[in-house]
Amino acid sequence: MLRTVSFALVAGLGLATSAMAQDTIKIPNIIELSGAGATVGTNWKNGSSMAVDEINAAGGILGKKIEMVFIDSASDPGKARVGIQRALDDTPIAIFGPIYSGSVSATLKLTEEAQVPQIIGGEAANLTAQGSKYIFRTSFGQNVSMPKIANYLRDGVKAKTVAVVYVNNDFGKGGRNAIIKELEARQIKVVADVSTEAGQADFAADVVKVKGANADAVFVYTNEEESARFLIEARKQGIDKPLIGETTLLGQKVIDLAKDAANGAKGHVGLTVDAAIPAVQEFGRKFQAKYNYKSDHNGMKGYIAPYMIKAAAEKAGKLDAKAIADALRGLTITPDKTPGILIEATWDETGEIDRISFLAEIKDGKQIITETLPKLKK
Amino acid sequence: MADFLQLLVAGLATGAIYALAAIGFTLLWQTSQTINFAQGEFVMLPAFLALIAMNLGAPFPLAALIAILGAMVILGLTFKLAIVDPLIKSGPLPLVISTIGVGLLLKDGVKEFYSAEAQPFPKVFPETPFSLGGANFTYAQIAVLGVALAVIMALNWFLAGTRTGRQMQASAQNPTVARILGINVNRMIFYTFLINAILAAVASLLIAPSQFAKFSQGEQLGLAAFVAAIVGGFNQVRGAIVGGLVVGVADNFAPTLLSAAGLSSAYRQALPLFLLVLIILFRPQGLVGRKEERAI
Repeated sequence: MLRTVSFALVAGLGLATSAMAQDTIKIPNIIELSGAGATVGTNWKNGSSMAVDEINAAGGILGKKIEMVFIDSASDPGKARVGIQRALDDTPIAIFGPIYSGSVSATLKLTEEAQVPQIIGGEAANLTAQGSKYIFRTSFGQNVSMPKIANYLRDGVKAKTVAVVYVNNDFGKGGRNAIIKELEARQIKVVADVSTEAGQADFAADVVKVKGANADAVFVYTNEEESARFLIEARKQGIDKPLIGETTLLGQKVIDLAKDAANGAKGHVGLTVDAAIPAVQEFGRKFQAKYNYKSDHNGMKGYIAPYMIKAAAEKAGKLDAKAIADALRGLTITPDKTPGILIEATWDETGEIDRISFLAEIKDGKQIITETLPKLKK
Repeated sequence: MADFLQLLVAGLATGAIYALAAIGFTLLWQTSQTINFAQGEFVMLPAFLALIAMNLGAPFPLAALIAILGAMVILGLTFKLAIVDPLIKSGPLPLVISTIGVGLLLKDGVKEFYSAEAQPFPKVFPETPFSLGGANFTYAQIAVLGVALAVIMALNWFLAGTRTGRQMQASAQNPTVARILGINVNRMIFYTFLINAILAAVASLLIAPSQFAKFSQGEQLGLAAFVAAIVGGFNQVRGAIVGGLVVGVADNFAPTLLSAAGLSSAYRQALPLFLLVLIILFRPQGLVGRKEERAI
């Protein structure tokens, strides 16, 4: 009798679990939750979790609830590759991450072979040039952002000479190559080309080198912590030339770490919660209320990722990885139909994103938007 | 000349912090043949103890004191009683391996229970800038160098100028004779663990304002301190001091030297390791160490 009851219970539980599993879609996030990229990964995780909570509360995607799975790549391309390989075994409808370009580069062939859309945070220019039809950016590639920065250096800063400081990883080297190409095209001379290391603690020697070059402006392209350390050292050594960056330099984590030293930094930002757009500011308030700190651009990238999948799946009419990827190519998602996308965005055939962006400056520990730049293609 | 001065002072300030951590390597080696590969994490942890205290409402001076006392209890007393004492009987290798485990435990513990992200740390000294000889410094930079050197001088005075310090030296040089002379060798060894914890805590509080507090900070610090101890001389406290300063200064001059040699500054991280290889090949006892001698 006892055995029969036990069997019935186990069978019942099994059926219930199976039914629950069918109502839930798992989306693996292979992101940088520790190591040098911990800040970017944590922001992404919080942003994407918040979006999924909202989507699930509103009924999910095509009637299915989403369950996020977070796998720590430890900011290591090898671990990211293993994480994605394992995640693909479960035939997910999409993969989120990685955010570091080196990790994206090491994994994009896997999602291409599996025909699963990979929503990435990486910004290196070469990611979308490698032929995969299955990667989709959440932020500008350097091929889009660097021309905007170069224009700003020429027209806004009026720089004739620039010192370039970059981090010696895929993200930094990609940005360095892209900006130098754009500067040369505008007859702006690069008078110092300074390589720094991820996780570098002491920037005294690099700042001495930059100072010695006496450039009209300094372009800083490093990750969050290193950007903060560089700014502190630059202020310490009395660099009074404009310090210009692309998104990261003006990020909230850099402001939190560098404090007063961040004041005066200027540049281009692809995404910011300080943009004067009601949906973006509402996102900023919700994020602040939920996590008790201000989201940076990676929080926003993580937030829009589930909404990209939602809009594409609804367009495709089915929860199928290949159909979602096909729907995303050439898709324009607008906030009036999908409020979670925050700002109207279009993806081209290579997965490159186009949307408005901003010029900004740090004043009194806050990011101030000084100008809004239009989409490249109307 | 201004650039030289700028790099020299920056290198000495960083090097003095490396020296504090490197002294810990030599102290533990001399008294208990322990190579502590968790030394970097020992420097990482006290900053987080201070942050926890501040989160609970303690003002910074009290939080700093709590960090130092916490370090003495966790990294001095507990480390000695729970790890070193049971394992030392089995020889140096199990102990060395266990210190690697302790390092991982501390690192992942902070990551799991505090944060994986870099944390801003209060400025201990004013960041007011001033110029000297064409170079720009801040009072904080000079104060960090000053405090680190003062702590090192106080340690030297303690070891050479006090009865306890001389007993510790005797225990390190010849434990058997020290015991015959009535010195409580075990207590002297325990003191070195406490001193190591204090040095690590001071290094932590000095380095965190400029380099932030992060769970993984110990990897780079531990390696720099280990290299410093070998370059200077593993069997001498003065070796660790010289080694720390040499590594700090070499690291800061590396980009200039590499650029003069026509090499990319991307090789900067390799320079201290290159220095290490040279020392091991041509002067294995270190710059100021002596062969077959043990003294603290």
